[in-house]
Amino acid sequence: MLKYIIPLILFIIMAVFLALGLNLNPKDIPSPLVDKPAPTFLADKLNGGGQKLSPADLKGKVWMFNVWASWCVSCRQEHPVLNQFAQQQSIIIVGLNYKDKPEDAQKWLSALGNPYNDSVIDRDGRIGLDWGVYGVPETFIVDKQGIVRYKHTGPVTEEDLQQKLIPLITKLQAQT
Amino acid sequence: MNKFCMALLLWLTISSVYAVDVYQLADPEQQKTYETLTAELRCLVCQNQNIADSHAELAGDLRRQVYEMLQQGKSKDDIVQFMTDRYGDFVLYNPPLKAKTGLLWLGPLGLLLVGLTMIALVLRRKKNAVKIELDGSERQKIKQLLAEENKD
Repeated sequence: MLKYIIPLILFIIMAVFLALGLNLNPKDIPSPLVDKPAPTFLADKLNGGGQKLSPADLKGKVWMFNVWASWCVSCRQEHPVLNQFAQQQSIIIVGLNYKDKPEDAQKWLSALGNPYNDSVIDRDGRIGLDWGVYGVPETFIVDKQGIVRYKHTGPVTEEDLQQKLIPLITKLQAQT
Repeated sequence: MNKFCMALLLWLTISSVYAVDVYQLADPEQQKTYETLTAELRCLVCQNQNIADSHAELAGDLRRQVYEMLQQGKSKDDIVQFMTDRYGDFVLYNPPLKAKTGLLWLGPLGLLLVGLTMIALVLRRKKNAVKIELDGSERQKIKQLLAEENKD
């Protein structure tokens, strides 16, 4: 009897591990940034005028940091979701225009709509590197103390918003 | 076949020559550190390549970062720390031994132990197996049975 049970148990253990492995998304790398202070920067705003923005300006507010670029195909897919979200929710959305030409970025926003309160320019990807960006689009949620609370890699979908982001934002906004 | 090998060889040489932009550091010691680091850091976009080999833009940015930090006199450990602070242990091809990576490091050892135990068990069972002695009439019966079998 034992002769059959042992291989069966081994098979089940292997099957469970393989099934878990198959269902993991290899592109979803856990960010060491979560629960750490948001990396700081001082960058030019995309809308010109030589104004600058720093995460320090947003202290005391919950904000969303969305990394995007006009060359990024998945951003196009994510964009309508963000547009709608910006209208429904009272949250500051800051865009990081990652390794993009400002002209292209501005054209992209005027054609597809602008969900961002502000976008900042990261021409050579240095801010992105500080935030551990490796696949655009990426989305971070930063709390009132300036601590990163969540990171989402890849396009945000309506489902992600409803199930993860909105509940988290509501919770963070309720905190003092 | 020979032609094929030749073509493959040529292609390999060409592709390694044009692989990536290479930063040159004045100090040979630093250059060596640069080469080890870029070979040990993983490109997060094309996950099975190190940043020395990868054409991805991100890999280029990471190479530039390594180069600049070396120029600023940062040590290898500083750079590894900088990268893991931003990208996590996943950026390292050689993950550190921690509680979280314990299974990764100790798992093979565990499997080896399981294998050795199984060999020991099987060997012991063989040693303890009882030999059955047959008496004359039993041998006779077996011979008979075999003979009948062979007839068919």
